[in-house]
Amino acid sequence: MERLTAVEQRAPGRWQIGTVSVIKRETPRVKSFRIALPMWMPYLPGQHYDVRLTAPDGYRAQRSYSVASSPLDEGEIELTIDRLDDGEVSPYFHDVVAEGDEVEVRGPFTSYFVWRGEHPVLLVGGGSGVVPLMSMLRHRRRTMPDLAMRLLYSVRGAEDVIYADELGDDAVLTFTRSAPAGWSGHRGRIDGALIAASASSFTSGLAFVCGSNGFVEAATGLLLATGFEPQRIRTERFGPSG
Amino acid sequence: MSAFISRGFTGRRRTPTELAERLPPGQYAESGFPVLTAGPTPDVPTDTWRFRIDGMVARPQEWNWEQFGALPFETVPCDIHCVTKWSKLGTSFGGVSLDTLLPLAEPLGGYAMIWSYGGYTTNLAIEDLTGGKAWVVTEYEGEPLPREHGGPARLLVPHLYFWKSAKWVSGARVMDHDEPGFWEMNGYHNRGDPWKEQRYWND
Repeated sequence: MERLTAVEQRAPGRWQIGTVSVIKRETPRVKSFRIALPMWMPYLPGQHYDVRLTAPDGYRAQRSYSVASSPLDEGEIELTIDRLDDGEVSPYFHDVVAEGDEVEVRGPFTSYFVWRGEHPVLLVGGGSGVVPLMSMLRHRRRTMPDLAMRLLYSVRGAEDVIYADELGDDAVLTFTRSAPAGWSGHRGRIDGALIAASASSFTSGLAFVCGSNGFVEAATGLLLATGFEPQRIRTERFGPSG
Repeated sequence: MSAFISRGFTGRRRTPTELAERLPPGQYAESGFPVLTAGPTPDVPTDTWRFRIDGMVARPQEWNWEQFGALPFETVPCDIHCVTKWSKLGTSFGGVSLDTLLPLAEPLGGYAMIWSYGGYTTNLAIEDLTGGKAWVVTEYEGEPLPREHGGPARLLVPHLYFWKSAKWVSGARVMDHDEPGFWEMNGYHNRGDPWKEQRYWND
């Protein structure tokens, strides 16, 4: 079994040119990009990278994306990007970037929404909010598979499940719009019943909640009601981005 | 500056020229007002709200909601810049200038740690809090400041990245030395000047 990577927060590196090695379509609007980095450094699950696009006339656009991979994947990072139709960075990644392309990135950044090996850990993700949580889940599976970590993952429909082929017994899904045929699990938004059934044994540990602001507000409200203390709940909310 | 060009990128969300010069490097104009908060949203009723200035001051001060509401009120038109890359241009807040509050306490040190309900902290030099640059605001665009944006009161320091504008603000502790606050300890820049693109450590 691989060992947990202990990493202290340190100043990130400079901008660097990575090479996209693998592109995986996760859902109709989400793709994962594996990027090989010449100046890779160890990171903590939950950290993000900045991406910078430069046009020939010098115009630039920057966005931040969470890393989805385990930091045991030395030399590369995986960024999972949701296509926002009115954005300019995510459509570029979806419509233009091909395997072998170079992209400019910088990171890893910030050490609040990060997992450092605490347990038990409850992960609560809405839509593409699952991305930084997947880094934690993947890292835990490879380092401490017996550590109590559970993912509650809210998605709209069966075709919207990111990392569908990797979700196992440690993941609890709920479908807010259309469940797949034969689905016997939870339907609808994350609610008090689902939290009570899935989260009550985790209140002595940490909860990581990531998604839209509305999702995070609703989920943190339910976690507080089930007994999580506010300081045991870490949140990451997306603004409108793109 | 690198000469790297992103293959096939032309930039389709460019800001009109007259607004573009108000955008610091690496920022884009956002019409909404995104909510980014580390942790749950605190609920701070105005009848228990207090704002204190203490630490290295000649006269520690504390205001309750009613007392605070009697202080000189200013409307503050401004552009705000979030380190997560969005900027909101041409917005406005209303509140009390730190130029009104700090002299009443008479700071004896050059730095302040701002603290908030919920435990958030952020550090600023007194220089960045004075000279018409910082307010404790209770209104956003003429309405009471919504809870998700820091209501009932937040700090407003529009010339620095917006994590310095602490939501649910509860006080300022004046110090004779600088210490990093919450995000400043967790990877963001100690000062955060958007025009110098001071986003992260070492920027």
